[in-house]
Amino acid sequence: MIHPKSKHRVVITGMGIICPLAHDIENFWNALMEGKSGIDKTTIFDASTFPSTFSAEVKDFDHLKYTSQPEQHNGCNRGTGFSIAATAQACKQAGIDIETENPTDNIDRERLGIYLGAGEGSTDNDMFFTSLAESWDNEKREINWDKWANTALPMMDAMRELEQEPNMPVSHIAAMTGARGIVRSCLTACAASTQATGEASMLVRNGDADVVITGGAHSMIHQLGLTGFNRLTALSTKNDSPQTASRPFSASRDGFILGEGSAILIIESLESAKKRGAKILAEISGYGSSSDAFRVTDMHEEGRGAVQAINAALVDAGITYKDIDYINAHGTSTAENDSIETLAIKKAFKERARQIPVSSIKSMMGHLIGATGAAELISCVLALRENTIPPTMNLDDPDPELDLDYVPNKPRKVQLNTVLNESFGFGGQNNVVIVKRFRE
Amino acid sequence: MEQKRVVITAAGAATPLGLTMEQTWEQLCEGASGIDKIKAFEPSGFPCQLAGEVPDFKVRKYVPKKYRKATKLMCRDIELAVVATDDAIRTAGLVTKAIDGDNINIDPRRTGINIGAGLISCDLEEIAPAVSRSLTDGKFDIKKWGKEGIQYLTPLWLLKYLPNMLACHIGIIHDIQGVSNTITCGEMSGLLSVIEAAETILRDFCDISVAGAAEAKVNPIVMSRQCILERTTKDYNDTPDKACRPFDKNATGSVFGEAGAILILEDFENARKRDAAPLAEIAGVGQSASINKEYQHLEPDGKAIAIAVKKALADASIEPDKLDLIIPHGTGIPADDMAETRGLNTSLGESAERIPVFPSKSMLSTTGAASGAIDLAIAAKAILEGKIPAARNCDEKAEGCNLNINRELKETKINYALCCGYTYGGQTAAIVLKNING
Repeated sequence: MIHPKSKHRVVITGMGIICPLAHDIENFWNALMEGKSGIDKTTIFDASTFPSTFSAEVKDFDHLKYTSQPEQHNGCNRGTGFSIAATAQACKQAGIDIETENPTDNIDRERLGIYLGAGEGSTDNDMFFTSLAESWDNEKREINWDKWANTALPMMDAMRELEQEPNMPVSHIAAMTGARGIVRSCLTACAASTQATGEASMLVRNGDADVVITGGAHSMIHQLGLTGFNRLTALSTKNDSPQTASRPFSASRDGFILGEGSAILIIESLESAKKRGAKILAEISGYGSSSDAFRVTDMHEEGRGAVQAINAALVDAGITYKDIDYINAHGTSTAENDSIETLAIKKAFKERARQIPVSSIKSMMGHLIGATGAAELISCVLALRENTIPPTMNLDDPDPELDLDYVPNKPRKVQLNTVLNESFGFGGQNNVVIVKRFRE
Repeated sequence: MEQKRVVITAAGAATPLGLTMEQTWEQLCEGASGIDKIKAFEPSGFPCQLAGEVPDFKVRKYVPKKYRKATKLMCRDIELAVVATDDAIRTAGLVTKAIDGDNINIDPRRTGINIGAGLISCDLEEIAPAVSRSLTDGKFDIKKWGKEGIQYLTPLWLLKYLPNMLACHIGIIHDIQGVSNTITCGEMSGLLSVIEAAETILRDFCDISVAGAAEAKVNPIVMSRQCILERTTKDYNDTPDKACRPFDKNATGSVFGEAGAILILEDFENARKRDAAPLAEIAGVGQSASINKEYQHLEPDGKAIAIAVKKALADASIEPDKLDLIIPHGTGIPADDMAETRGLNTSLGESAERIPVFPSKSMLSTTGAASGAIDLAIAAKAILEGKIPAARNCDEKAEGCNLNINRELKETKINYALCCGYTYGGQTAAIVLKNING
């Protein structure tokens, strides 16, 4: 394998987002500045009897508005639909031609890659539950497989089944953009799209691709998704006050809020961006990944894996903990994450820990699971642009144990040059990406 | 700094032909078939009643005593990955926390893990009783489900089925704390995971990486999905060992199965220092994407295979005529086999007709995410042993197929071997392995 000695600088030239707060970048930023909430009663299905009856949904959205080839995309799952729209936005900003046989954007399609952290689509619930209801033999305590097959097979739709596969978002984006380079999709739970962005930046840095469409897409607001997270007691059950239920770092935090969406970034080598005359939004300078190797149910008690990922990203960026101006936290609003993340920040940032502003936009946006890290990374790029830190909303009852500067309840103007984005997945996969203001 | 090289120092597997890579290899060389009537559930009501199933095992035996309780949180996909990893780590001579906590010979922070996975379906027998408590007039009632039904599921239910749990369990069992990822690109998850693992070594994120994939497709929902996508043969239920016929005239679809395959990738210098003898070197890699209206099929001209193979050859700095073995994706789905044949012809030119081709799925079935990782393990063994097993069931080549399907066990020196493939959705990958003693 050829591994070049000269490394490329990696810059961001386009961004797009579909999330509970907004369907475009500028409105996303405005919502963060206004402290809006994207959280409300669940409407996608009847969740009224679940322990958590609310979620952060993307509303009034039709992905087919973003494509001129509806026949190629009409059967996709929710997450894929979000990714199609976010990709269209990001490509437009970066000047990448989509849905054309003859692109004139000066990008070699064999060097245009895609790397998403993307999740599976929802099960076909009607088929799934009906066939189990029909085939369960309560006396024998087993499924009658003949009955199951007779019920399930006629109900199954081939495309509906295929579109559940977690690689389908990247497949649709390849069809849309004509990308023929490296195409990968990963699913490291809540860290997936931070991981994807980090790995994509490595492909550009090492010259394996000139341009990569990266980010994430996911929706787990479906019957089995809500079931799974509710059984884990990971979700907030503040059913009477959905808008203020996401309370990262507060004393009354009681779980995260299941969200959905897609966030896409166009990253490319500095040479490619200059050659194409693309406007540079920021630079990705560091990436770190680690594994807790502790328990599948809990984060390492001392934040060992998180600290290792932060340190790896700092080393990769060639900087130290003294150079970080702002930390965009994973900050899920669960008791465990927010405590251990605070501990990890203290360990990694030592005497500076209390001086560095830390905030969690999940307080407004909810938790987009696989897509969350990329949405948060976009907020970091916008924070750099505006020299403003988005707040941690609903932080009106601080947890006395958590004593960092969490930028409570209103945005803060401050000069920013280098910011760090953290994502930690269930099962202990940790990913950190560092972005900085671009300077020649 | 000297150019780093990445070598494979061991291959581990749990396949329909054995619970280790060694057994699998022996069986392949003997011409065995791992395909049979489905045992995991009563298949008589299903159009395809066949699968490649891994022989019985108890996963508890493959984990430290302290970790036995956690095996309750493992779905079949995770179990297969655990078994294959145990084989790989032992074969490589690595001493991890699980092997012998007092004599660990790896640096956990400099060891990475990159295990690909499929779309894991939940165990239907596990969830059915909860569904049966949620009926109104015999029909599923979501209100009852939310209130009562879900209480019948174990609290940690979701954690059994997250694709990243393969890597997470293995990370905990063996104490692997370095760079970690889970690629979920259907049937390319295995090849892509190995490529990325090799990259993490080249960029000095780790010295060793536990890389590969596992998937258990023998679940009624998963098997039915392949059926209605018309990827499965329905015509050989009475002759299981004849069912999967890559590149054969009488092929009518694939047979699906389950497996785990894990490679130990290592920085060459790291392997040399600890006197580990590599099986092969990862000489070149290439990737691309098929763009096709029908996402479940490779584009008819196989262009994305051609791009990936050309890139892998260029990365390895070799011409096509240097290849001595090809393990293609070759599923037995006629349109896909034909498209792959065209892609290989485009990228290899005249060499496409000469180089021996071993379609492993004729014996192992299509094992989803695991398939590419198994092919790499087979290619590495073939290089080490100088042997190419005979493919089954290619009795008469399909019209238009000009590939040299290897039909008899062949003893020959292999300098370079190519593994390539594609997945529904379109991602393609190719890896060139090099004989280290070449």
